[in-house]
Amino acid sequence: MGIWLLRRVGQIVPTLLILSFLIFGLQQLMPGDPAIILAGEERGDPAVLAQIRAELGLDRPVWQQYLIWIGKVLTGDFGFSWRIRVPVSELILTKLPVTFQLATMAFIIAILIGVPLGIVSAIRKDTPADWAANGTALFGISTPNFWLGIMMILLFSVELGWLPPSGYVPFFEDPVQSLATTIMPAFVLGTNVAGVLMRHTRAAMLTALSQDYVRTARAKGLAERVVVWKHALRNALIPVVTLGAIEFGRLLAGAVLTEQIFTIPGFGKLIVDAVFNRDYPVVQGVVMATALIFVLLSLLTDMLYMAINPRLRQA
Amino acid sequence: MKNTIRAALAAAALLVPAVVQAQNLRIGLREDPDILDPTLSRTYVGRIVYMALCDKLFDINERLEPVPQLATGFRWENPTTLIVTLRPNVRFHDGEAMDAEAVRYSINRHLTMQGSFRRSEISEVDRVEVVDPLTVRFVLKTPSASFISALTDRAGMIVSPRAAEAAGRDFGARPVCAGPFRFVERVAQERIVVERFPEYWDAANIHFNRVTYLPIPDNTVRLANLQSGAVEFVERMEPDDMTTISRNRNLRAVAVDELGYQSLAINVGNGERANTPLGRDPRVRQALELAIDRAAINQVVYEGMYTPTRQPFPPANPFHVRAFAPTERNVDRARALLREAGVTTPFPVELTVPNNPDLRQVGEVIQAMAAEAGFQITLRAMEFASSLQAATRGEFQTYLVGWSGRVDPDGNIYTFTRTGGGQNDGRYSNPEVDRLLDAARVELDVDERKELYAQALRLAFGQDIGRIYLWHRKNIMAHTARLSGYRPISDGMIRLQGMRLQ
Repeated sequence: MGIWLLRRVGQIVPTLLILSFLIFGLQQLMPGDPAIILAGEERGDPAVLAQIRAELGLDRPVWQQYLIWIGKVLTGDFGFSWRIRVPVSELILTKLPVTFQLATMAFIIAILIGVPLGIVSAIRKDTPADWAANGTALFGISTPNFWLGIMMILLFSVELGWLPPSGYVPFFEDPVQSLATTIMPAFVLGTNVAGVLMRHTRAAMLTALSQDYVRTARAKGLAERVVVWKHALRNALIPVVTLGAIEFGRLLAGAVLTEQIFTIPGFGKLIVDAVFNRDYPVVQGVVMATALIFVLLSLLTDMLYMAINPRLRQA
Repeated sequence: MKNTIRAALAAAALLVPAVVQAQNLRIGLREDPDILDPTLSRTYVGRIVYMALCDKLFDINERLEPVPQLATGFRWENPTTLIVTLRPNVRFHDGEAMDAEAVRYSINRHLTMQGSFRRSEISEVDRVEVVDPLTVRFVLKTPSASFISALTDRAGMIVSPRAAEAAGRDFGARPVCAGPFRFVERVAQERIVVERFPEYWDAANIHFNRVTYLPIPDNTVRLANLQSGAVEFVERMEPDDMTTISRNRNLRAVAVDELGYQSLAINVGNGERANTPLGRDPRVRQALELAIDRAAINQVVYEGMYTPTRQPFPPANPFHVRAFAPTERNVDRARALLREAGVTTPFPVELTVPNNPDLRQVGEVIQAMAAEAGFQITLRAMEFASSLQAATRGEFQTYLVGWSGRVDPDGNIYTFTRTGGGQNDGRYSNPEVDRLLDAARVELDVDERKELYAQALRLAFGQDIGRIYLWHRKNIMAHTARLSGYRPISDGMIRLQGMRLQ
């Protein structure tokens, strides 16, 4: 176990290094000169452009830019945003709690809706309950987030006046307001993930329910409740946990459209704005941070497997 | 005892107006501003926030004339020497005095600071001299007709020298100026908060305690915030929001003519892409102009709200040339011109369009109109940043591009039209136009200057068709009906003086 963990952690460093190389390289392929964007309406003045390039080191060869940047990153310095001159690490740290709160709320909503629906539709396969659950999932997966978001804003904020239409209040500043500002985006994101979770729970449950051990359990005369909960569900959960971790990672990477609609200042909005403004240090910093989150999450998932399935602990 | 109670009640009654006065205003912005340092900032939206934080030497009024703000007046000693007198007893937010020395410091900061975006706006300044604590002398290298209007914007903003020295390049994180509100906090992409500065020189006209600027980029959501009362004011809405706003009795919409324009830039001399009949022959460009019905585009895409135009100066600008009216659509004449120029139809032209829904729609309307005259237009929708770079490099034939506009006419034409001009992406060049634009720059007599611009317009856009101007947009502002005192001025700024909530 200890060696396994050490090996997994050791893999993180080369993964991130390769990624840093990729993100830097891909950025060079992006059309649009950052100096022209930064110059704004002064873009016509070659002196201004030259000055910006010199200040930001854009006049150096790409490999030098990369080495300078990665050297600083290794010492924990992610540079500063070209657009608003704020340290990138500070930006990431202020956005991370926002995205984390939103992702967690959305994930809870997704589990609360998706998993029970999946179980019910598996147990009651080919009944009206199954069809209704499938319909709900289909709705969740196929409704575009921006549409659902705008409809919710128009209904709950403009028509009914129950919830603030957009913005964000930090949880520790005012928990009630914080929940009020995040419940709509969390629901929008959650329904989407719920649909995916429902379909996978249903498939996994159906597989599990058709296994020999379930037949044996039933033959032993165990109550159906025990068969479903203890024998089938526990085994069915493994693929669902994997998927859940991936979905949670995706939520943490920022929900671009949803954050844009609800003006939630999270990761998604940060990176999209940074890309459009060619604010490279922010793009690089956020991608690296997101990658780190993903890697850590997959590590956590593997550890969760072991908790659920004792057989894996021996490997 | 009874008297004490009565006195207490009376005192409480006196306090009530003060409580009513303590109002907060929330403004929904279309974008998140960049750095809040008047020397380093670039964005239009940032200027809206400066209206609260940083007073300027001069402001502009509804007729775009300079009016005193931190200055009390100006006079030209000679064509290159300007005397500006300053308002007495003005303090910065840190308590320092705003005086001639501070003006000299701020202008020099604009001129010398590394990364300054103001340098090019006031490059004609040779030096600034302190005559006495309330008088400054600007010595210019050349006469400049646009200098005063430069001082009505960020170049005219005066910062506290002490705070600027202490903060250095981080001044923008905590700007200290002499505006009606002082900086409280900023959370990037979330909010900028300012609070009333009690010692403001014009404090009697300020009726808010706190103003919060909230960047809300999505148009529908910005409007939803206004409708649900989460903000009191929103800026730069779209023409099709007007119906929603006017149907709501609790809201007011104000459409203000902008200072800038939307246009079709044409590549006439920037690299290989200019080497087509369109780039070489003014008749082909004229045919394209005659194929376009500006009023129809305006009707179809913008609900008829914008003002069709053939020139860079909007009607609100005193230099607008009324006689230079937009051309009427004339397909027969356009076809004849193409025949005269000897091009075979359908004649292919590529139109680069920034990837916004409304501009793409404009592109499609132009495509359909031009087809009737014999042009076969292919649309190339590009993300804005990439399209700007393509334009600079000459990788375009025609490019649908706008300009936010400046108060002084020079800022709307010179850099786009003069030979070698920084934003002259199509490399249009005509020595006679250059002579006229150079002369207009230093002509201090308004009528003479007007005539120079009128001649330049007729040559560059009537004869050579170096660019096809399409329309002037409107800044559509909306606010709650409880708000009064908003002064619509073409620059699209939100001046907080005199505004209040009922």
